[in-house]
Amino acid sequence: METLSYVLQQLINGLQLGAVYALIALGYTMVYGVLRLINFAHGDIFMFGAFTAYYLIAKWDVPIYLVFPITMAVTGTLGFLIEKIAYKPLRSAPKIALLITAVGVSLFLEYFLSLNSLFTPNYIGFPRPFEVTGYELPLFTVTNVQIIIFAVTALSLVLLYLLIYHTKHGRAMRALSHDQEVASLMGIPVDGIISFTFIVGAALAGLGGILYGFAYPQINVFMGIMPGIKSFIAAVLGGIGIIHGAVLGGLIIGVSEVFVSAFLSSTMRDGVIFFILFLVLLLKPSGIFGKWIDKV
Amino acid sequence: MKALEASGLKKSFGGVQAVDDLTFSVEEHETLGIIGPNGAGKTTLFNLITAIYKPDAGSVTLFGESLRGVPAHRLSHLGIARTFQNLRLFNSLTALQNLTAPILAMKGYGLNAAIFKGHRYVSIERSAEEKARTILDFFQLSAKANLAPNNLPYGDQRKLEIARALCTGPRLLLIDEPGAGMNPKEIRDLLKILRQVKEHFRLTIVLIEHQMGLVMNLSDRVLAMDFGEKIAEGTPAEIKKDKRVIEAYLGDESITC
Amino acid sequence: MSFFSSAKRFLICSAIAYLLLKGLFLSGLLTQYIQQIILFSFIAILTSLGLNVIYGYTGQFSLGHAAFYGIGAYTAAYLGALFKVDSILTFLPVLCLAGAMAGCVGYVVGVPILRLRDDFLAIATLGFGIFVKVLFDNSDRVSEVLGGSRGFIGIPKIVNLEVAFFAMVFLILVTRNLIFSRYGLFWQCIKDDELASTAFGINTARMKLMAFTYGCVLAGVGGALYAYLYSFLHPSNFDFLRSIDFLIIVIVGGMGSITGTIYAGLLWVALIEGLRIGLPAQVLEFRWVLIPLFLIIVMMWKPYGLLARKESKFLGLGGNG
Repeated sequence: METLSYVLQQLINGLQLGAVYALIALGYTMVYGVLRLINFAHGDIFMFGAFTAYYLIAKWDVPIYLVFPITMAVTGTLGFLIEKIAYKPLRSAPKIALLITAVGVSLFLEYFLSLNSLFTPNYIGFPRPFEVTGYELPLFTVTNVQIIIFAVTALSLVLLYLLIYHTKHGRAMRALSHDQEVASLMGIPVDGIISFTFIVGAALAGLGGILYGFAYPQINVFMGIMPGIKSFIAAVLGGIGIIHGAVLGGLIIGVSEVFVSAFLSSTMRDGVIFFILFLVLLLKPSGIFGKWIDKV
Repeated sequence: MKALEASGLKKSFGGVQAVDDLTFSVEEHETLGIIGPNGAGKTTLFNLITAIYKPDAGSVTLFGESLRGVPAHRLSHLGIARTFQNLRLFNSLTALQNLTAPILAMKGYGLNAAIFKGHRYVSIERSAEEKARTILDFFQLSAKANLAPNNLPYGDQRKLEIARALCTGPRLLLIDEPGAGMNPKEIRDLLKILRQVKEHFRLTIVLIEHQMGLVMNLSDRVLAMDFGEKIAEGTPAEIKKDKRVIEAYLGDESITC
Repeated sequence: MSFFSSAKRFLICSAIAYLLLKGLFLSGLLTQYIQQIILFSFIAILTSLGLNVIYGYTGQFSLGHAAFYGIGAYTAAYLGALFKVDSILTFLPVLCLAGAMAGCVGYVVGVPILRLRDDFLAIATLGFGIFVKVLFDNSDRVSEVLGGSRGFIGIPKIVNLEVAFFAMVFLILVTRNLIFSRYGLFWQCIKDDELASTAFGINTARMKLMAFTYGCVLAGVGGALYAYLYSFLHPSNFDFLRSIDFLIIVIVGGMGSITGTIYAGLLWVALIEGLRIGLPAQVLEFRWVLIPLFLIIVMMWKPYGLLARKESKFLGLGGNG
C-alpha cells in the first residue's frame, strides 16, 4: 500500500511539526487567557530558545540533558523580563498601545540578535548533538528526532496539566483567566501569577525552539515570525485561552501544513493555514473547544 | 391603543431563566414602573424589547406592530428609545454631540452632502444643533454643552443619558434605573425632571427603578418582578401592600415600607 | 459653504506648502533620493489616514492594511501594463480604479469579518494580510507580468511632486469632510459604544463597513502611487511589517487626529530614512534596534498617541475650515 504508507509518513512528519506548534501555542493561549493580550513577541522567544540552545551546544559543549533545563530557564526569564519591563507598565493603557509595544519588543529581539556583533542575520546551522537515525516500521519511518520530540512534548504536557489542575498556582491562573477583579479580591497575587504565566509559556516556547532546531537544523533570527503566527492561529483554532485547544490546534495546523506541502504545493502551504483561520473566525470564533458566544 | 404589549416572553442564559413567561401591556401615555430585586430580569426585559437579545419564546408588539425580526437599529425609527443602567454615553464626543448624533441618525444627509458641504448639509446640521440645544436647555445642561460626558458630575451624566434618549423623538421611552447611585437631593431633582419630561413630551414611559419614592410618585401602574416572573401588577398603592412584593424585597411580611 | 470654502485655511496652507516644496525641488538642493523619500512620506500619510478612519475613528482593529495597499499597487501596475499607461493623464483613471479595486476587496472581506470582536478582527485582518502576500508571491502563476516573488518591474515613473502632493491634499480634504460630518460622528459613537450607537438608530454594521471600505480605498490609492513612484513592486513590500508601519503612524500620531497622522507620517519616514542616512556605516544596523525602542518608549509615555483627537487650527483641519 504505497499511498497509505506515504500518507502515514506525512502524518508523522506533520505531528512532529505540530508538536512544536503546540508548545508555542500554549504560551499564547495561557497569556491570552490571563491577560487578554496577544503576545506578539512570543514567536521571538521561541527563536531565542533555539539560539540559546545553539550557543550552549556549539560554543560551550553543554551536555544535552542540561541544554533543556538551561534553555527553558533562560527563555522563562526572558518572558518574565518582557512582561515586567514592557507590558506591566501599560496594563491600564488601551490595548492597542500594548500591541504596538509587543510588536516593538518582537522587532527589538529580532534585530538585536541580528546585529553582526552578536550573531548574524543569516542562517546558522543548528548543531544536533546526535546522529539522525530512522527506525523503519512496516508502513513508515520514524526518526529518533521525531521520537524525542513526541516524548518531550508529551512529558511537558503531562507536567503542564499537573501544574494547571493540581497546584495552587495553576488554580490561581485559572481563576485569573475567569475574572481578574474577583481573583484579586480573593487574595490571589495578580502580578505574581501573571509573571508565572509568562514564565511557563516562555519556557515552553524555548523548549519548542530546541526541538525545532533538532528537527529543522537551520536557525535564523527571523525564524520565529511564521511559526509564531501559525501557532497563534493554532491557539485560536483550538479555542483561545483553552489549554487543550492549543495542543489540538497545533497538531492540526502542523499536519495540515505538511499535507498541503506534500499533496498540493509547498508555496500554497501558508495560504491554507489562513484559509483555516478564516473558516474558524467565520463559523466559530471561539474555536473548537470554545463556548458558543451569543454575539449580538 | 396599547403602546407596548409583551406576551409570553422567555429568555434563558445557560440554564438561568432570566425572563420567564412574562406577559404585560402598557397603555399609551401611561407610565409603568417596574420594580423587583436585583437579578429579577428587569434589564433583560428591556434588552428583549430593544432587540439586544432575541427571546427564546414570546412576542413584543409596539403600537400594534410586531417587533419580531426588527433589527436593533431600526427601533428608534419605530419610536422606542432607552437609557442604560450603567451609563453608556459617548465619551469621545461633547455633551452636545451626544445629542446631535441620534438626531442626525433619525434624519440626515447623504455622502454627497457630507463631502461637498452644500446647503443641505448646512441646514440639516443647523436644525440638528438647534434641536439638541433645546433639549439641553430643558435639562439645564446648556452651560456644559462642550464638555465631555465623563467630565460632568454623575447627576448631570444621568440627565444627559435621558436627554439623549429624547433626541430620537420617541413615543415610548424605556428608562433603566435613572436614580442609581444618586443621593437624596439628586433624586429629588431627578423626580422633578422626570415629571417635567412626562408633562412636556407626552410619552409612554416604562421605568425600572429601585428608589421607591421615584417609582411610586411617577408611575400610573407598577409591575413587580422576581426570578424573571411577574409577581404583581397594579396601582402603586396596591403594590405597596402586596404580600408577594413585600416578601420578594424584604423576605419578611412583618416589615412594611 | 461648499467643498472649497469650507476649507479655506487648509487650502491656503497647502498652497504655501506646495510652493515651498516646488522651490526646494527645483533648486537642486535635494537629491533624487531625498525627493523620492518626501513623496513617499505623502503616500504614507495618505495610506495611514485610511487606517486612521478604520481604526482611529471607528475603532476597528485592522492589522492587514498593507494588503489593500498592495492590491492597489498591483492593480495599478497591471492595468498600466495592459493599457500602456505612460503619462499623468492616462495614469489618473488607473489611480481611481486601483483605489476602487482595493475598496471592493475591502467591502467583500469586511462584510463577514467586521462583526468580529476586536481581538478576533485583528487576527482575521492579520491573516488576510499574510494571505494576500502569499497571493502576490504566487502571482506569476496568474500572469507572467505580475512577477510573483521576483517582483513586478518596468512600471513607468509617473508620480512626481504634483501628483503625490495633490492626491494627498485632495484626499485629506475629503477625509476631513467625512470626519466632520454625521458619518464621522457615527464612527466615533461606534468606537465609544457600539451597543448604544445601535440603540439610537445608527446602523453600525453599515457604518463600520463604510469606514473600512473607505480606508481601503485610500490604501489602494496610496499603493498605486507607490507603484508609479518606485517603478518596482515586490511582495515583501506588502507584508505584515508594512501594515505595522501604517499602524505605528496612526498610533504615534494619535488616534482620531488627521493632523497627528500627517505629522507622524512625516516623522516616521524621516526617522527611518534619517537614520539610514545619518548613522555612520558601522552602526547602521543599529537602526532597527533603535526604532523599536523608540516605539516602546512612545507607547509608555503617551499610550493614546502624541496628538490624540486634537486637530491643528493652524493647518485649518478642525471642524469649520
